[in-house]
Amino acid sequence: MAENILELRDISKLYPGVTALNKVSLSFRRGEVHALCGENGAGKSTLIKVISGAISPTAGEIVVEGKTYSAMTPALSREEGIAVVYQEFTLAPVMTAAENIFLGDFPKKGIAIDRKTMADKASKLFERMNIDLNPREYVKNLTTGYQQIVEIAKAISRDAKILIMDEPSAPLTSNEIDSMFQIVRTLREEGVTIIYISHRLDEIFGLADRVSVLRDGEYIGTKDIADTTKDDLIKMMVGRTLSQTFPPHGRVSDEVVLEARSVSGNGVKNISFQLHKGEILGFGGLIGAGRTEFCEMLFGRYPIQSGELYLNGKRISPANPAQAVSLGITLVPEDRKRHGIIDKMSIQDNLTVSNLQRLRKGFIIDRKAQVGYAQKQVDALKIKTPGLHQLVKNLSGGNQQKVVLGRWLGIDPEILIFDEPTRGIDVGAKAEIYKIMVQLVESGKSIIMISSDMEELLGMSDRLLILAKGRFAGTLEREEFSQEMVLKYSSGGGGI
Amino acid sequence: MKKERSFAQIFSKYGVLMVFIVMFIMFSIFAPNFLRVKNLLNVSRQICTLGICAVGTTIVLISGGIDLSLGYQLSVTNVLCAYLMVKMGMHPVLAILVCLVFGVTVGAINGIIIVKSGVHSMIVTLAISQVLNGVSYLFSRGIPIYGFPAGFSILGQGTVFGIIPVSLIIMAVIFLVGHFVLTSLPFGRYLYAVGSNEEAAKLAGVNTGKVRILAHTLCGLLSAIAGVLLLSRTNSGLSSNGAGFEFNVITACVLGGVSNLGGKGTIYQALLGVLIIGFLENGMLLMNVNEYWQLVVKGLLLLIAVVYDASVVRSSERVKKLKAINSENTVK
Repeated sequence: MAENILELRDISKLYPGVTALNKVSLSFRRGEVHALCGENGAGKSTLIKVISGAISPTAGEIVVEGKTYSAMTPALSREEGIAVVYQEFTLAPVMTAAENIFLGDFPKKGIAIDRKTMADKASKLFERMNIDLNPREYVKNLTTGYQQIVEIAKAISRDAKILIMDEPSAPLTSNEIDSMFQIVRTLREEGVTIIYISHRLDEIFGLADRVSVLRDGEYIGTKDIADTTKDDLIKMMVGRTLSQTFPPHGRVSDEVVLEARSVSGNGVKNISFQLHKGEILGFGGLIGAGRTEFCEMLFGRYPIQSGELYLNGKRISPANPAQAVSLGITLVPEDRKRHGIIDKMSIQDNLTVSNLQRLRKGFIIDRKAQVGYAQKQVDALKIKTPGLHQLVKNLSGGNQQKVVLGRWLGIDPEILIFDEPTRGIDVGAKAEIYKIMVQLVESGKSIIMISSDMEELLGMSDRLLILAKGRFAGTLEREEFSQEMVLKYSSGGGGI
Repeated sequence: MKKERSFAQIFSKYGVLMVFIVMFIMFSIFAPNFLRVKNLLNVSRQICTLGICAVGTTIVLISGGIDLSLGYQLSVTNVLCAYLMVKMGMHPVLAILVCLVFGVTVGAINGIIIVKSGVHSMIVTLAISQVLNGVSYLFSRGIPIYGFPAGFSILGQGTVFGIIPVSLIIMAVIFLVGHFVLTSLPFGRYLYAVGSNEEAAKLAGVNTGKVRILAHTLCGLLSAIAGVLLLSRTNSGLSSNGAGFEFNVITACVLGGVSNLGGKGTIYQALLGVLIIGFLENGMLLMNVNEYWQLVVKGLLLLIAVVYDASVVRSSERVKKLKAINSENTVK
């Protein structure tokens, strides 16, 4: 098997009480794009860390170009030409693109850095990737897409033969994703092996040659992309076929709960819409189209500059989130780790932080009521945890999201804004979140859902409002739903 | 990439310089004798201690740390140098060398404890500062030490060509070397990388622990140099000489634009901050402003500087975000 550049043989990684990887055997061919997928917690990240040398496997062998190792180290993997583009960017913003690329290995003239050679070498790398970028530009001035290009350049600058990309498309807009794909294809043509980890099946089918699936630390199988379908992959990932990811929900009433009339501010202009009782209104558009920014105004995080907002026919202007909440408007934010959970607090504290005013006896927090409330939400939302005092950071993404949601349910909100409700959440937990959303609208609540996941947007929404570049771009009724229409409006090419 | 220049950007770039110029003009008009050559040279001698320490502090701040023990390091080297020369009869050159080694050691200890223990630099150096405070009193017993060998005063009081203070030249050299280190040596660039994203620097193969230890070590060395110069200028070793001085230094650096959050700052900014603090103290003195009022003014200045720094960071992030929404979402 000379064509295998990297082979993993019976790799196991045991942590106290947890088997992160169980006898995983997997091989990667030279010059292929090999996708790695699986639900959260399937062991993808652990596997990458084993390959990059960040952790040592408990058992098994790693064979790189015929050489057998029982464990890698970061230095060894770099030497063998293995490079990783991490999910979180690892760039220093106050330094130039070239400096970031060669950080740790600056070309030198005497004792000083040779800036000219460094810039030239960086230019050559960009040329190789077919990218026009000034190596002397500061990283802080670059868009996210370009920053990732710098990140990739940094990874391949040391003659990488194997490039591991961990969820590279997560922070990118769809145009940026296209150019990232181009780069990946260029590298493949040069014989670089790319290990591509992604949640998005569309990308895997658009880019990969082969795909391997992990589940609960076990290797499930590898398929040629040509011989498989999305349903097959999902089946492999979850171990069951998800016949109906999106639960249907009843008819929407005509009663208008929330109405916006030409609302402007916070980077968006002239947005009008009506939200009906029991409706899921989807907000579509590219990342950075102003959807989150608009909802921040509804939630009182930023002031509305002009236009009017009516709640049940009454004019409102929430000046801060606390006011919005007291009006019955709540937000499940996009960035769960930063804006959703309070990671150093327990599940119980997280669940009750918005309701402590209601859970008191006199001036003092009523512990019993607090525990009762938290337990009720844990049961109702099926939050998987060993106990209420578990720190919320130890939960999986899906359970964290349920905690954020459980916080709001106690105040009985009328309107729930979900910003990317299932980002970074595995398939099983997704289905549960969808079920909860449907229960909410059927009990008469209304939901605004921002989503960049096309299937979710089309599957869950009753109606769509699409923004582009901070402006209204179009609405779609359920009958008109199609991916093409959403994309057309999103890219600003719609009618109206 | 297009370069757009708004008033805010120009102000954020040259604002501190403008503040300095305005302040200088005000003092020239209102403070008696301010513009005299003798006064200006006097200021240049006085700010050397501050200036040299500011280079060290800038290095540490960029690396994402802080050194609160700097003031008492200054005290100890000040007293130690005096003690070695007067009580032990040591040759000045040797005494100075011992002090420099001492400074390097203290800085290295600071750095090693911070890196190896993972405790925040603020707490480690705060603890060390108390130790150093005690040590300096153990040497001096609270009594000024004076009566140094002839020639020692050249460093702090001597001149070249009869006019340029020796200490000014030393400071200028340190500023130039500091600038060179920060812009042209790998170590300098590593400082920025470590200060803005330590994990990333580590993954890029930078020995981040070494970088941070070296930053503190350099800071220790520079404060030792400053301590010796201070002794030479004031002619008396006193334990209270450096007490609270770290406050002045950090104020100067942050005022100039070095970020207290790490990863940002230049020697030029440190110099500007030093000039502002130096001339401010001098001008207020000439105008007979009460010493306690001077403290109030300096404290408020530090507050304004950090609040301004924080608000600039916040608003520039917001402006960038809003611009992104309203412009093309495309990459070509």
